Amino acid sequence: MSVLALLFCFTTVASAATTGLPVSSTSMLAPASTPAKTIFGLSMFVLGVTALIFIVVGGLLVYSVVRFRGRAIDAGREPAQVYGSTQIELAWTVIPVLIVAVLFLATARIIHAIQDAPKPDAALDVTVIGHQFWWEFRYPKLGIVTANELHIPASDPAHPTPTFLKLLSADTDHSFWVPELGGKTDLIPNRVNQMWLDPPRPGIYLGQCAQYCGTQHAKMLLRVYVDTPADFAAWVTAQQQAAVQEPQASAGKRVFETTACINCHAVAGTPANGRFGPDLTHLMSRSTLGSGAAENTPANLRLWIQNPDAFKPGSLMPAMKLSDADLDAVTAYLETLR
Amino acid sequence: MSPNAIAIENSQSERHPWTEVLHEWVTTVDHKRLGILYIGYALCFLLMAGSEALIIRIQLMRAHNDFVSPQVFNRMFTMHGTTMIFFVVMPVLFGFANYLVPLMIGARDMAFPRLNAFSFWLTALGGLLLYFSFLGGSGLYGAGNAPDVGWWAYAPLGAKAFSPGHSTDYWTVALLVSGFGSVGTAINIIATVFSMRCPGMHLGRMPLLVWLNLVMSGMVLLAITPLTAAQLMLLVDRYLGGHFFDTQAGGSATLWMHFFWIFGHPEVYVLVIPAFAFMSEIIPVFSRKPIFGYPVMVGATVAIGFVSMSVWAHHMFTIGMNSYANSFFAITTMAVGVPTGIKIFNWLGTMWGGRIQFKTPMLFAIGFLGQFLIAGLTGIIQACAPVDWQLSLSYFVVAHFHYVIVGGILFAIFAAFYFWYPKFTGRMLSERLGKWNFWLLFLGFHMTFDVMHIPGILGMPRRIYTYEPRPGWETLNLIVTIGAFIQAVAILVFVYNLVVSYWKGAKAGNDPWDAWTLEWSASSPPPAYNFAMIPVVASRRPLWDLKHPEDPDSRYE
Amino acid sequence: MSSLTIPITQAPQRWVLPDRGKVAMAGLIFAESAIFTIFVVAYLFYIGKSVTGPAPRDVLETPLLYTICLLSSSMTVHFASKSLERGRTGAFLGLWSLTFILGGLFLFGTAQEWHRLIYERGLTISTNLFGTTYYSLVGLHAFHVTAGLLMLLIVLIFSLSGRVSQRESGRIDVLAMYWHFVDAVWVVVFTVVYIVGR
Repeated sequence: MSVLALLFCFTTVASAATTGLPVSSTSMLAPASTPAKTIFGLSMFVLGVTALIFIVVGGLLVYSVVRFRGRAIDAGREPAQVYGSTQIELAWTVIPVLIVAVLFLATARIIHAIQDAPKPDAALDVTVIGHQFWWEFRYPKLGIVTANELHIPASDPAHPTPTFLKLLSADTDHSFWVPELGGKTDLIPNRVNQMWLDPPRPGIYLGQCAQYCGTQHAKMLLRVYVDTPADFAAWVTAQQQAAVQEPQASAGKRVFETTACINCHAVAGTPANGRFGPDLTHLMSRSTLGSGAAENTPANLRLWIQNPDAFKPGSLMPAMKLSDADLDAVTAYLETLR
Repeated sequence: MSPNAIAIENSQSERHPWTEVLHEWVTTVDHKRLGILYIGYALCFLLMAGSEALIIRIQLMRAHNDFVSPQVFNRMFTMHGTTMIFFVVMPVLFGFANYLVPLMIGARDMAFPRLNAFSFWLTALGGLLLYFSFLGGSGLYGAGNAPDVGWWAYAPLGAKAFSPGHSTDYWTVALLVSGFGSVGTAINIIATVFSMRCPGMHLGRMPLLVWLNLVMSGMVLLAITPLTAAQLMLLVDRYLGGHFFDTQAGGSATLWMHFFWIFGHPEVYVLVIPAFAFMSEIIPVFSRKPIFGYPVMVGATVAIGFVSMSVWAHHMFTIGMNSYANSFFAITTMAVGVPTGIKIFNWLGTMWGGRIQFKTPMLFAIGFLGQFLIAGLTGIIQACAPVDWQLSLSYFVVAHFHYVIVGGILFAIFAAFYFWYPKFTGRMLSERLGKWNFWLLFLGFHMTFDVMHIPGILGMPRRIYTYEPRPGWETLNLIVTIGAFIQAVAILVFVYNLVVSYWKGAKAGNDPWDAWTLEWSASSPPPAYNFAMIPVVASRRPLWDLKHPEDPDSRYE
Repeated sequence: MSSLTIPITQAPQRWVLPDRGKVAMAGLIFAESAIFTIFVVAYLFYIGKSVTGPAPRDVLETPLLYTICLLSSSMTVHFASKSLERGRTGAFLGLWSLTFILGGLFLFGTAQEWHRLIYERGLTISTNLFGTTYYSLVGLHAFHVTAGLLMLLIVLIFSLSGRVSQRESGRIDVLAMYWHFVDAVWVVVFTVVYIVGR
């Protein structure tokens, strides 16, 4: 029951409390980045065309049902037996072919515009690695490794600084989908995919994994923080630091380093070097735990370590079976990793 | 009194012990009995897969719901999809084809009656195997569970590493076995159509239902077999240490996707073409006119058969193919809409200038026309690949394909039930219950599947056991769920109608609808040998020629 | 309600339809070709992509002899069915037996090759992508040869007990179609594995 209460508390993404940034919806009708905008334009065009077809053909259907309904007086008499008409067949072949040609040309243009967009020198490179059931983000040129919450700089249309994402997977198939920023692209093991985003307005953009990847596919959520250039630079600098070393947390640090935690987790500047789970060096810079499964509060963190299934049944982190004292110590230690 | 109208009254007069009746049905090779077995089997699985759908909808009624665990939910959507496609829609369509094709071409049975029975029992075994997984498939979570990898079983999720235990094997082997059954029936239909037509029935005089089942059967041969091959490869990976889809050994996850969708896309045409067949027989009869543009209908169907083999990767627009590949599949997908649209226009042309009778089969047919039109248009929307980069893998797609399969195919199947039930049983289904069936289903269908498009546009992915309370998602999902329950009631009304009318329905006679194809010249139900004398035909509507000797079709064809 | 008589007067002069056995076998061949095509595509796709292990050119030896056996068996089965059409059951029995023996030699050759590959060269189905695709493709074909041999054997036994006469020549033709298909598949497999894939 307490688990349910905790989950219920985490009803809306708690962004305003931490950063004051506006939080997006996940609607493709509110595009906030060039790929999303061009897709929106194309979808309105094709919606218009199909709506027109619907009105015409649907109208003919309704008309024929009303106009040609059989009446009692007609009983026993058959209507004129018409077998077909070559002219009509030609007409309603040619018109659809023309419609298809128009739609295709519009579509091909947008496909090329998005997929074959040249990469400017000022672009930011991020490598996204999909895991069951969390996101790993690496910034190769900046020496940063983080998880679940992606920070990218806002891109000024006059001097574009788009973010180019390289998409990989460590296990099975996933898909990166933040509808307001762009269409989705899959993360497939043994394959390198690419996509790009260039949102001009700072904010928090939400999304989630879209390719069924196992038990907790539903809770592999995405938060993309689009920062002003200044905020982004500050974030980068903070992330590049090694882990904070606070002496009062040394008990917890010892527990962390001597139990199995370091098999899966890494904390920069310490012996912990595991890569199976998320990098925890700056765990406290993130607003959620378990890739959106719970708000990042001390109580939630303690519960997560004690029993991840409380938030995310089927996640690959095992319940660590620590004593209460060890649990308190480790939680206190992790709370220092800002 | 026509020799063909004689019904041999043997079985009604004596009382047979139930063991003898059961034995007869289990060992039958009569295409009519096998047709009914297929249909009855499919109806049982419809109830099971429908229950799985209701479980899914209850779980998704609210954000963060806990009606079922994620593990159970994942099994539910996997089993719902697999069951509906392979053990509901395909058997129902094969059942109708089995019953009607020999009758419509004036033959006494299918070309290979024993192969026919063998194919049915293979399919039946496949279904039982799949459901045995609830008891027998072991996995991480304890004894007994069903497959939970989605009905596509994408690699590497289906590999031993990610799906230990046997749940995925039940999926693989059940479909492998029933796939052999499907191929057997397809071969049978093709041989029957080419080799068993009655004198005078040139290919150009066959009823459209026969033509379309011929095209469907050809597609089954080309479409089911890639899945068979891929599943054999999956078994090699899972049990012999093979690496076909083992990404750690250099294998390709996308190769599975290509193989699966080379099956998967033509498969949906395999499902829809027999539905088109029903419409092409029913709409003319209730419009009192012949089908408009018979040769074009044949040509368009053959064109659909061919073009649909080239569109498969529109299910893979998001996997990162290059822009040329994406463009290719976009245009082929749009292109296949052209012959499909032509068919809709021809059905409209059949109704145009007719005298439409709004009996239950025609109500379902009109529902089909409007709904299939919408389904086709949402398909065209997704054919524009960049739009699909947003809509793919979301509830928009789920809405689209249910629009085709429920709003299109299922409505056509109900039309077929109401139309041919008198022929199969000698009794009419109740028109009153039929109208309740139709309107309840229509209401529930639109409540569920019209609304379901919206969460997709709002960013809700598919195959999620729960969701964050994003704006609008809860209300929309609740409406979708309510509609699902209304549809369930409609189905129950239908089943009740089927059962009650068998005993209480009005006697049908040979030809209750005043129709024109050969099955209506035999008694209802036809005797085991179908026709006392093999008919000879001179046109596409032999019974029209007989009823209107002053103006036979043979004069105009 | 209607009682209808279908008149017999308009029956066409000749109404000959294709033999259902041949149509069915053509359908089966069509379906099986699709299965083999998928395995061939997988083989071609994975050429050169093995991460470890022996490569084709390191271990494969071109099986010329037993390929010739299999391809000649197509000739013998063709002449066998022609003999039966003319009622020459003796020649039929001899040629059919020869077909069976040649097919059996092919299988024996495949078994020999596999034994060598597994025990001397260390290539199994789980070794690498080449091993997986090679054994699957060649194995699928060998399975179809085995099924064919079984059917050939059954007919052989019927023939020896005098049950196969000119009347059965249609059915024998259908079986011969299958055997030709198996040979044609080998031509493709041979080209893909021993020529293109090396």
